[in-house]
Amino acid sequence: MPVLGRNVPHDSARGHVTGESLYVDDIAPVAGELLVDFLWSPFAHARIRSLDLTKARAADGVAGLFTFRDLHHNLFGPILKDEILLAEDVCTFRGQPIVVIAAENARAIREAKNAIAIDLEELAPILTIDAAIAASSFFPDPRMIRRGDPAAAIARAEHVLEGVFENQGQDHFYLESQAAIAYPGELGALTVHSSTQNPTEVQEVIAHLLGLTMSQVVVLTKRMGGAFGGKECQATHPAVMASLVAQKTGRAARIVYSKDDDMHATGKRHPFQNRYRIGFTRSGEITGAIFELYSDGGAYADLSPAVMARAMTHSDNAYFLSDVEIRGTVCRTNMPPNTAFRGFGGPQGACTIENVMQEIASVLKRDALEVRRANCYQIATRNVTPYGQLLERNTLPRLFTELPARCDYAKRMDGVREFNATSKTHIRGLALTAVKFGISFNTKFLNQANALVNIYLDGSVQVSTGATEMGQGVNTKIRQLVADELGILIDRVHVMITSTEKNNNTSATAASSAADLNGGAAVDACARLRERMTPVARNILSVAAGAPPAAETPQKSEIVFADGFVFDQANPAKKLKFEEVVSAAYKLRVSLGERGFYATPRIDWNWTTGGHPFLYFTMGTACSEVRIDRFTGEMKVLRSDLLMDIGRSINPGVDRGQITGAFIQGMGWLTTEDLRYTESGELLAHSPTTYKIPNINDVPEIFNVDWIEHDNPVNVYGSKAVGEPPLLMAISVWCAVKHALSFVSNGDIPKLRVPATTEEILMRITQYARGEAQLTS
Amino acid sequence: MPQRPVTINGKRHVIEADDAMPLLWVLRDLLGMTGTKYGCGAGVCGSCTVLENGRAIRSCQTNFSDTGDKSYTTIEGLSAAGDHPIQKAWLAEDVAQCGYCQPGMILELRSLLRSKASPSSAEIDAALSDHVCRCGSYPRIRKAALLAAKSGGGR
Repeated sequence: MPVLGRNVPHDSARGHVTGESLYVDDIAPVAGELLVDFLWSPFAHARIRSLDLTKARAADGVAGLFTFRDLHHNLFGPILKDEILLAEDVCTFRGQPIVVIAAENARAIREAKNAIAIDLEELAPILTIDAAIAASSFFPDPRMIRRGDPAAAIARAEHVLEGVFENQGQDHFYLESQAAIAYPGELGALTVHSSTQNPTEVQEVIAHLLGLTMSQVVVLTKRMGGAFGGKECQATHPAVMASLVAQKTGRAARIVYSKDDDMHATGKRHPFQNRYRIGFTRSGEITGAIFELYSDGGAYADLSPAVMARAMTHSDNAYFLSDVEIRGTVCRTNMPPNTAFRGFGGPQGACTIENVMQEIASVLKRDALEVRRANCYQIATRNVTPYGQLLERNTLPRLFTELPARCDYAKRMDGVREFNATSKTHIRGLALTAVKFGISFNTKFLNQANALVNIYLDGSVQVSTGATEMGQGVNTKIRQLVADELGILIDRVHVMITSTEKNNNTSATAASSAADLNGGAAVDACARLRERMTPVARNILSVAAGAPPAAETPQKSEIVFADGFVFDQANPAKKLKFEEVVSAAYKLRVSLGERGFYATPRIDWNWTTGGHPFLYFTMGTACSEVRIDRFTGEMKVLRSDLLMDIGRSINPGVDRGQITGAFIQGMGWLTTEDLRYTESGELLAHSPTTYKIPNINDVPEIFNVDWIEHDNPVNVYGSKAVGEPPLLMAISVWCAVKHALSFVSNGDIPKLRVPATTEEILMRITQYARGEAQLTS
Repeated sequence: MPQRPVTINGKRHVIEADDAMPLLWVLRDLLGMTGTKYGCGAGVCGSCTVLENGRAIRSCQTNFSDTGDKSYTTIEGLSAAGDHPIQKAWLAEDVAQCGYCQPGMILELRSLLRSKASPSSAEIDAALSDHVCRCGSYPRIRKAALLAAKSGGGR
C-alpha cells in the first residue's frame, strides 16, 4: 500500500496529546544547572554612561554576570555581519541585551538584575519608516527590478492611480518562547539544545562569538512549539547567551524568555510603506507600474535584505506587468531587528498589488474580479515575471475560473450589493484574490540539503536531516518519502532529532522548502542504498529460483522494494523480507548507511540580469465575504473558499492543516494583531492581554479548503511547498473589508491600513459618514 | 517554606514550596511534570490549563497557597494509556501541529464535557475561546471536540 499521498498522522501526534512531547524547557535539569537571563536596554537608543556590576555579582545565588567584554567576538549577522549581541557603548534598540546574568534560581536572577547599576543617556531614536527616510537611514543596497518603460507607459495611460500601501508588523507569538540549554563538554566543546529553525546558524554564531571552531559545537533541535520564522535568526541570541555562561562557568545553563521579554526584545514581520503609481486602460488592464517599497529593518540587517528581495519579486503576485519598475529600500531604525515571518516579504508585496486591483475596480466602477482576470498571468503569452522567469505550468487562469464557479461568486456579489442597499446596520464585502508564491530561497546557495539514512540489522531505519520540526509536519513527510523509497512500512522509519553532528552546513527550515530540500536529500540516500542492496537481493533470488527466469516471463527482470518485501518483478511470487536482504548485505560487508545530497536544479538569478530564482510556484485563489457592523466596526468573516495548486500532496492531512492554519495566521496579521508603541518606541502590546491573535471565534463561519490535481514534475513526488503561500490568501479578507467600505466611501477609493482592526474600520466608516476628506492612508 | 498535601493525577504528594509559587512551576520544576506548558504567564493563552477538582483552571494563576487538599489532573493523568476519548478524537482528526497548546485545549474540553456531555459547536467555541493556537488548528479542534463528545469524552 503506497505511503505517499496518504494521511499519515503527524509523527508527534501521540506525544502531543499525552504531554510526552519534549520541548527545550521540558528537558530535565542536570546537577548544577544555572538559569540565565539578561538585562536589556529600556530605551530604543541610548548611550551607556556607566555600568557597575559589583553589587549584582555579590548577590546571593549569583554565578556570574557577563558583558560584551566576555565574548571573543561581538559581531554577527546572517547577511551583513552588522549585529552586536551585547551592547557596548550604545544600545540601538529597546530590548537589546546588555548584561547576561547566570544564577542558581529565579529569585537570585531578579535580585541580581535589580542590583545592576547602569546609567543610560537616552538618545534620539529613529522609530518609523518616515523618520528613517527623512534621515536617509538605510541599509545597503537599494535594489531595483525593471522591465520596459513604465514611466512612459503611465504617461500614455488612460487612467493613472497613485497611492501608498502601509502595513504594520506582526509578532510571531509562537507559544513556546525562545529557549536554549547549553552543556559544557570536554576541551571547551559545547552541546546546545535550541528551539531554532536553523541549528547550523546557531552553531556558527556560538562558535564565532565564543572563539570556538564549529566542530566544537553541537546544536540539537527536537521540535519547536511554533516558530513561523521567528526562530530563524532570533533563536541565536538566547543560545549564545546560555553558551557563554556554560563556557565561563563550566556548568549547564538554561535560558527561556518570558512571553513579555520575548515580545519586547525580538524582531517581527516587517512594516512596509509601499508607494505605487499605476497606469491602466478603461478595461482595467495595467499598462505601466512603478512600485517603491520601504521596509523597517530595525537596528540590524538580520534577514531584511532577503525579505525585501522576496517582497520585490512578489510585487507582481499573480499579475503580468509589461512595463514595470520595482524599487526596494530597507530602512535602519531603532526597532528590534525585524526578521523572517511566514511569507518573508511576499505578503507585503502581494498585498500591495491586490490593493491596487481593488482600487482600479473602484475607479472604473467594475467588479474587481474582472480587473484581476484582465491582468492575470497567461499560459502562452503574458507569462514572464518582471525579473525574467518564465511561468511554467501556470494554473492561475484555471484557478481564477474554477473558484468563482465553485463559490458562486457572481450570485453572491449581487447578494452583497442588495444587502448593502437595504441594511442600515451592517455592510458586507466580497473579494477574490490570488497568490503566486515562488519556491526556493532567493539566495541560490541556500538551496541545498543533506540527509543521513541508516539501516539497522533488524531492517529498521533512522533518517536525520537538517529540517527542523515546528509542527508543519516536515518530519512526517520525510518519513513517508523514506518508507516509500525503501519499500518498507512507515513504522520502521524513525526521524531523528535534528543535530549538526549528523547533518552539517544545513539551511534554515524556511522558505516553505524544508520538505523539498531535505526530502530530496533523503530520497537520494535511499536510492543509493537500494542500488547497493539490489545485487544482494538478485543473487539470493536467483539462487533460490535455481534457474534464470523463463523467456516467456511477461515482466522484465527488475528488483523491486515494496510493502516490506524485495522481489524480482519478473517473478513476484518469490519475495524476500526487507530485513532478510539487510542481513545478507551486512554479512557481505555492504554499507547500510548513506548520506544523500540535494541541490535545487535550474535556479539562477541575480539583480542585474534577472533569471529564475524559483524552481516553481505554489498558486491559489481565495474568496472571502465579510460583514461589518456599521456602528461598532466589528468585522466577521462569513465565508472563505480557498482553491490551490499544491502539486501532488505527499500528505493531504498535513497540507490541509498548513493551508488552514496559514490562512488564519494571515487573517491575524491583516485584521486583529495591532502592535502599538509609545512615542518613545516602547511596545504596549507585549502580551496576549493586549495583542490579539485569532482564536476559535475568528475562523470563517464557512471555510472551504480544496486543491486541484496537478502534478509538479520538477519536485520530489510531484509535490509543492505549502507552508507560506496560503498565508497570502488571507489578503482576500482584507480586500473584502476594503470592498465593503467602498459602499460607504461616497465614491472615493476607500483607504485601509493593515491591520484592519475594528477600530481602524470604525474610524473609516465614521470619517466617510461625516463626509470628511479621506486620509492619505 | 510551607508544606501542603496536594493530590495530582490520583497520587498524593506532600510538597514544600513558596506560597507564591504558581502551581505551573510546582508541577514543572518540583515534580518534573512537563506536559503542562508555560505560554504567556498571564492566564490568557490557556497553555497551562489543568483540572482542579475536575474544573479547568490556569495553573500559572494559581498559587501554591491555594492548592492544599485539592485534587489536580494534568495531561499526564488524563488517562493511563493515552486513550481517553478526547485523546483518541484528537488523534483521529490529527489535530496537533506544533502541539504546544494542545494539553491545555484537551483539559479545557474535558472540563466542559464533564458539565455538559453533548455541547453544541457554539458551546465548544465558547469554552475554547480563551485558548489560543498559533498554528490555527481551530477547525480540527472543533471537529475533534464534537467527536470526543459523541464518543464519551464526558465520562
